[in-house]
Amino acid sequence: MNSWLRQHAQAARTGVRRLSVLNALVIGIALALPLGGYTLIQSLRPAGGAVALESRITLFLAPQARQADLEARLRADRRIAAMRFIPREEALKEMSRVQGLPEVIRALGRNPLPDAFVLSASPELAEELARLPGVAHVQADAVWARRLAAAARIARLGLWLLGGLLAAGLVAVTFNTIRLQVLTHREEIEISKLIGATDAFVRRPFYYQGIVLGMAGGLVALGVVAVSLWLLNREVQELARSYGSNFRLGYLPMTEALAVLAGSGLLGWAGAHLSLRRHLLVS
Amino acid sequence: MVSFSAVAKRYPGGHEALKDVSFTIEPGELVFLTGRSGAGKSTVLKLIPAIERPSAGSVLVNGQNVASLKRAAIPYLRRNIGLVFQDQKLLYDRSVYDNVMLPLAFSDHPPKEAARRARAALDKVGLLERERANPIQLSGGEQQRVAIARAVVNRPSLLLADEPTANLDAESAARILDIFAAFHQVGVTVLLSSHDQALIGRYGRRVLTLDAGRLAA
Repeated sequence: MNSWLRQHAQAARTGVRRLSVLNALVIGIALALPLGGYTLIQSLRPAGGAVALESRITLFLAPQARQADLEARLRADRRIAAMRFIPREEALKEMSRVQGLPEVIRALGRNPLPDAFVLSASPELAEELARLPGVAHVQADAVWARRLAAAARIARLGLWLLGGLLAAGLVAVTFNTIRLQVLTHREEIEISKLIGATDAFVRRPFYYQGIVLGMAGGLVALGVVAVSLWLLNREVQELARSYGSNFRLGYLPMTEALAVLAGSGLLGWAGAHLSLRRHLLVS
Repeated sequence: MVSFSAVAKRYPGGHEALKDVSFTIEPGELVFLTGRSGAGKSTVLKLIPAIERPSAGSVLVNGQNVASLKRAAIPYLRRNIGLVFQDQKLLYDRSVYDNVMLPLAFSDHPPKEAARRARAALDKVGLLERERANPIQLSGGEQQRVAIARAVVNRPSLLLADEPTANLDAESAARILDIFAAFHQVGVTVLLSSHDQALIGRYGRRVLTLDAGRLAA
């Protein structure tokens, strides 16, 4: 092993040895907040998101409408991304699957539902479509979809803000930890420099300490989120089962978990760097 | 080995520690630096490893002008100089052995060689059997010997000591000086400061006397 590697290994060992578990916990618990929120949003998205967030327009046809003419006309319109025809019989079948409704339908005695087209298109089209011959009624589902999307955006923005704040917190905690370490090891630093240690040699263990502290904090955060999800999932799964679903909250994918570790390590390094620039300007 | 020419040192605040000091120390010499407190002995010893920079004049060490040395080059200059301080500057949070190992942490020696050198240095100052002790458990003279072991562990060609016997009883002081004399015997250039004229006189070596920042004839 060459001496450069040996010195780095030595500095890394020092960094690990000086790791304060309490500091790592502080950082980890703080980071667990935005990380947990992010994980929740990510795992909710596949459940309702993809379909609900694109705006849909439903065209209900008048009983005497000429469906084929209308369909040809809609197909010709390039502003409509996708369309599906739902005959009234199918709509009735779908409806009767919903608990309690079959009795209602039976009581009606006949199929009250019209034929319908479900379109994927901008809600601005709704008014124009309503004027087409044979269209009885237009329903644009966009309003609640827009609201949902806006709510999701706000939640995500909130998480980014929180994440940013706590990342700054991580940098501050590392900054202060390294400052105290520099003070504690003031003598050793001074003597080492007097007998020929380079600046890089003196700083190295502190950099490693910052990285180790950040990564330990990231690890704690991932652990807190994993344990919380595990606890939540036991209840969520029970609830989901009662709806006939096997939905559960998903964990972060491995790549994102590694990114969290790398990111927190980087923030720890940054905190150490700022602190050393400030507190190690020794002669 | 060391050459001062027309060196002046003025500290911030105006105190003039050295005025027009010139001298040369040849390789392999043992030289004493003497004078009253405040005469500038410490300043001379601080200028050689670039702990202080001269206000005027040049300080040559091994032909290199320390006065114009870049900051990044200073550590490498110091690695070739063994420094013994008046207050020892030992670390009391670790053993005697680990104190001596300190300069080897940033040298290129593999761990086994480093350990061998540390023990050899401790053996030379007669403290091998105390390697596991904490410096605080040692007497003043023993602590000074640990400091010497640390200074010589990288086998420097130049050894500087600022008042190494200042706070010691006569017997300990004599022992310390004998250790320096032994290093001189094996070819190391040694520059020692002391205000103890009687002790210095016994060695019959070249003496540089400083008086209020000037070299006395």
